[in-house]
Amino acid sequence: MTPALRRGMFFAGLAGFVAFYLWGLAGLPGFGRYPGPYGFIINRIAVGQTNATGVVSAVNFEYRGFDTVGEEFILFAAAAGVATVLRHLRGEQEGGRDEASPEASVHATSDAIKLSSLLFVGPAVLMGWFLASHAQTSPAGGFQGGVLLATAFALIYLSGEFVTFRRLSPGTAVDAAGAVGAAGFAAIGLTAVILGFPYLYNFLPLGTKPGAVSSSGTIALISFFVGIEVGAAFILIIAELVEQKLLVSGRGAR
Amino acid sequence: MQYLPFVVVAWILSVGLYGIVTARHLVQQIMCLIVVQSSTYVLLLGVGYVTGAVAPYYSDIPVHTSAVDPVVQALALTDVVVEAAVTALLLAFAIQAHKRFGTLDPHELVELRG
Repeated sequence: MTPALRRGMFFAGLAGFVAFYLWGLAGLPGFGRYPGPYGFIINRIAVGQTNATGVVSAVNFEYRGFDTVGEEFILFAAAAGVATVLRHLRGEQEGGRDEASPEASVHATSDAIKLSSLLFVGPAVLMGWFLASHAQTSPAGGFQGGVLLATAFALIYLSGEFVTFRRLSPGTAVDAAGAVGAAGFAAIGLTAVILGFPYLYNFLPLGTKPGAVSSSGTIALISFFVGIEVGAAFILIIAELVEQKLLVSGRGAR
Repeated sequence: MQYLPFVVVAWILSVGLYGIVTARHLVQQIMCLIVVQSSTYVLLLGVGYVTGAVAPYYSDIPVHTSAVDPVVQALALTDVVVEAAVTALLLAFAIQAHKRFGTLDPHELVELRG
């Protein structure tokens, strides 16, 4: 298929899409005229039911908690998938060509990048934990916090501390953290079942003051475990991709 | 004007799809897929918006303040996570393709496969 033919087919398809899309738009209530009622109901009852003032987190870790278990395991499976795909190749390549070890061929980074990335490691860790532990009060949560925690490790890599990076990353510690995070979430759900409630029922005391860090029961706890899991998954993904970096750039991507 | 956000959705989606169709590099195609997926964030948040309402966080506002739909915002979060997972896997496959075939040009990959 020539590029011109490909492009022609794309525009033909796009014309059809636009036609159906405009037709669909005509039946929508319009921007800002959300018909409800689900969102309105949740907004009205969530604070009273869960003592969490961040209703999005309440939806994620309480009302749609079961979906979030699946969501977390999607990320878990993706990290495992990345590791599997690339690990297989690493074995192949070790048997084939003689490649310089990643440590030896890391390019020297400028002092400015080294200093500024090392300066940001501490704040990134702090902010990550803050976000992971404040899902119940603010637009934060385990997913956002976990990604920020993983960023701290990426900053260590950026600063050229590749040896430190390798010592901290993959290995058993990160794998264990990922497993603890994923299993912790599922275990909270099962604990509720053992206590005689539905799966993922909020069985912990909700606290007295809405919006306090200690309030909202399992919402805060689940968010904490999600933060650990997401951080570990992203560290694993980043580390796996970084280890491949030199092979791709070394041979010149066309 | 009241449909403008939804037109933006279609525009982002189309631009991303065009990029996927015409890109000559697998990493570019993956980035275009991210653009395509970005359109769903605008769609989700656009669907749940309520004129004059605030964000659904009641830390410092009265409990009965009108707020936008929190459910679509939670869905957008799921969307972001899935996108990260998909992107990571696709990048891994791109690396694998480059190692096996020595190229990241999707057109050449088609020829090599046959």
